[in-house]
Amino acid sequence: MNNRSVHVIAFLCAVSGLALFFYKAYRLGFPLTADTDRTVWTIEASLRFDARPGPIKAELKVPALTSGFTTLSENSVSGGYGFNLDYADGGRLARWAVRSADGEQRLYYRVVVYADPSVEEVDTTPPFPDIPALDEPLRTAAVVLMEEVREQSADTDTLVAELLTRVNDPTPGPNVELLFDGLSGSLRRTQRLIELLAFARVPARPLRGVLLADEQRHAPVRTYLEVHNGVNWSVYNPRTARLGLPSNFYPWWRGVDALADVQGGNALDLNFAVRRSQVDSLDVVAQRSVAQGSIALDFSLFGLPIQTQAVYAVLLMVPIGALVMVVLRNFVGLQTFGSFMPLLIAISFRETDLLAGFVLFSLLTSLGLAIRFGLEKLRLLLVPRLTAVLIIVVILMLVISILAHRLGLETGLSVALFPMVIIAMTIERMSVIWEERGAADAIKAGVGSLTVAAFAYLVMGIDALEHLIFTFPELLLVVLAIVLLSGRYTGYRLLELPRFAALEKSR
Amino acid sequence: MRLWGFALNRAGVLGINERNAGYIMPLNPRRLYPRVDDKVRTKALAREAGMAVPELYFVARSQADALRLPDALSAHASFVVKPANGSGGDGILVVDGRYGEHYRLISGDLMSETALLHHVSNIVSGQYSLTGGADSALVEYRVQFDQVFDAISFQGVPDVRIIVYRGYPAMAMVRLPTRSSGGKANLHQGAVGAGVDIASGLTLGAVSGNDRVTMHPDTLNEIDGNQVPHWDKLLEIAALGYDVSELGYLGVDMVIDRDLGPLMLEMNARPGLNIQIANGAGLKPRFAAIDQHLASIPFEADPAARAAGRRELILRLVAPASVSMMG
Repeated sequence: MNNRSVHVIAFLCAVSGLALFFYKAYRLGFPLTADTDRTVWTIEASLRFDARPGPIKAELKVPALTSGFTTLSENSVSGGYGFNLDYADGGRLARWAVRSADGEQRLYYRVVVYADPSVEEVDTTPPFPDIPALDEPLRTAAVVLMEEVREQSADTDTLVAELLTRVNDPTPGPNVELLFDGLSGSLRRTQRLIELLAFARVPARPLRGVLLADEQRHAPVRTYLEVHNGVNWSVYNPRTARLGLPSNFYPWWRGVDALADVQGGNALDLNFAVRRSQVDSLDVVAQRSVAQGSIALDFSLFGLPIQTQAVYAVLLMVPIGALVMVVLRNFVGLQTFGSFMPLLIAISFRETDLLAGFVLFSLLTSLGLAIRFGLEKLRLLLVPRLTAVLIIVVILMLVISILAHRLGLETGLSVALFPMVIIAMTIERMSVIWEERGAADAIKAGVGSLTVAAFAYLVMGIDALEHLIFTFPELLLVVLAIVLLSGRYTGYRLLELPRFAALEKSR
Repeated sequence: MRLWGFALNRAGVLGINERNAGYIMPLNPRRLYPRVDDKVRTKALAREAGMAVPELYFVARSQADALRLPDALSAHASFVVKPANGSGGDGILVVDGRYGEHYRLISGDLMSETALLHHVSNIVSGQYSLTGGADSALVEYRVQFDQVFDAISFQGVPDVRIIVYRGYPAMAMVRLPTRSSGGKANLHQGAVGAGVDIASGLTLGAVSGNDRVTMHPDTLNEIDGNQVPHWDKLLEIAALGYDVSELGYLGVDMVIDRDLGPLMLEMNARPGLNIQIANGAGLKPRFAAIDQHLASIPFEADPAARAAGRRELILRLVAPASVSMMG
């Protein structure tokens, strides 16, 4: 393997890891940080009516096209009623039916959405509308008004603007006054505007919906005017003539008909309620991918049982700790016991905290070391001696835990979480180095191991990093790429600079 | 890729990462390691090639063998015990003579027979083994060292380490035991390393730990300017080490026996880098010179020719640095 193939493999790893990462982060909307909550709105339409004898059929118009919002879930609460959803002109129809019912009835349709500017629903181009049949003198007033408006405009957009300006003028002209006389409520006014636009052969429709703001137990249904300018639909506020929808407007239905209808019931009342809640972004992604039938989540860690997820949350950080170790060993040049022991110490630090871990680890190793030197005098064979050290380590752990508990130090209990075999091996390695190369070397390697462990622990403890790796495990490919590259690093280790400093000067 | 140490790189200093990735990996195939890691095997291979080595008295391959040790050694007053797969001089015991029931170590300490057997049993169970697996303990002739180094060593046996690159001697040093090294000639145990001018065999400045020193810490004599005896023979043995081991990046450790002359003690597939400090020079320009030499002529099969060829090499590139060091 030459440098080139290492570079190519590292490049491929990094690119595939990053590509998957960006796809998930920006296409699928996986959250980059742990604490990104999304504002989620629950819109609840409730139908109330009194049942008459006989079968009941209730109908509610519900949204289909909702630009700017993504639907997380929708459901209906309706005890005893059959329920189905159908597509219909202008949206969808929710239908409830029951053979018989008594007294006051309540039916609920609930939809959970969140704002998502990337959502754009495609809409069809409508045919030109027919000239509506209006009675005289309204018909003449409409023709004259639209003639004037047409003359003072250049295209559809300016035509609508001009019309709305005239209609909303505090002192309207006689034609406008005649046409809008007695029309109260924005729905009926909008209906009249649509009729007027039809005289100019401009397709228009009312857009009705609710504003998502705060908690509203009785959210008013607002009406906007949607006009097709030949290319796309633009929305006007019929009162203020302003173009565009407020971003928090949730479009419910397009059309003039009543939103709800019931057969076999009286005194129908429709109410909208809006509730805001904060939901973890990941839940949003999870719910949405269920709603969309996407497999991205099925093949992510979030598809695993919670307990398994907890294990992987720790496991996935091990490569990060290993990366830290690679840097400290190959780029800085710290000496450690074994290759992976510092990493294992770092993992056990996670359970004990850094300071307590440091103290407990040093305490255990030094006590174990003292006893190990005692054992040396007994001249035991290697494996029995290692086993003896192991048993003593376990006893020491026990003693430390009990003592700490007696003293009221709860962290002392976590000593049991240290991998005892690792400690036994450390004691053995350290004692051999101690004897053969002196205390200085043994302590140097011990300090090096603890330093690497501390750094690895600190880096593995960065919450943002943990979230990132857990949500985007493909980033491990990037880590792999870095490790592969550092495997071909032939430059000096940082600690070699002082070591060879004399040579630098002699030149 | 290089992040720092540009001045060191200009001086041609070899770092650990580059040694591992740039020299050991391409030049020393893993399968050849047992030839140098197992000292019993090294000794056998070396004898076959006609290399002078200390005589092997006994090999303990199992705990049962260990018990037969005292009988096998009854004929020898002094000997050395070492692990066959040890590294860096760990686990080596030098016995100087006997005192009643006890063995006298070179440091002057006495050791009981039980203690000696325990040490051997530790070696056999793999305590000093590079791989941690079972090992053998070998007992061999204890070198009667030449008086020449008396002025600049304390107890123990000074040894000569020569780095052989692709069969050509590239850099050399003498490792001088000190009081703190306990008579051992390993730098990390406290021995002093003195660079040796490879062309002449004269000692240059020295290194203790990572620091440059001019005099021996125990005898307080100047280290510079001592002639290493049998220099040509030493270079030849080193060059022959390549034929025995086939390792392209090799450290050959030799001692000079009072009666037998230069003996090869062991070979090392991962020789340390402190030799550069002892010589006040980097290894890389020398390797480059050898590469250049090998590009112009075919490989010389005769180790003596390779050993002699070094003068030409050294004069071409390396000598100026050594000269400036001596001055």
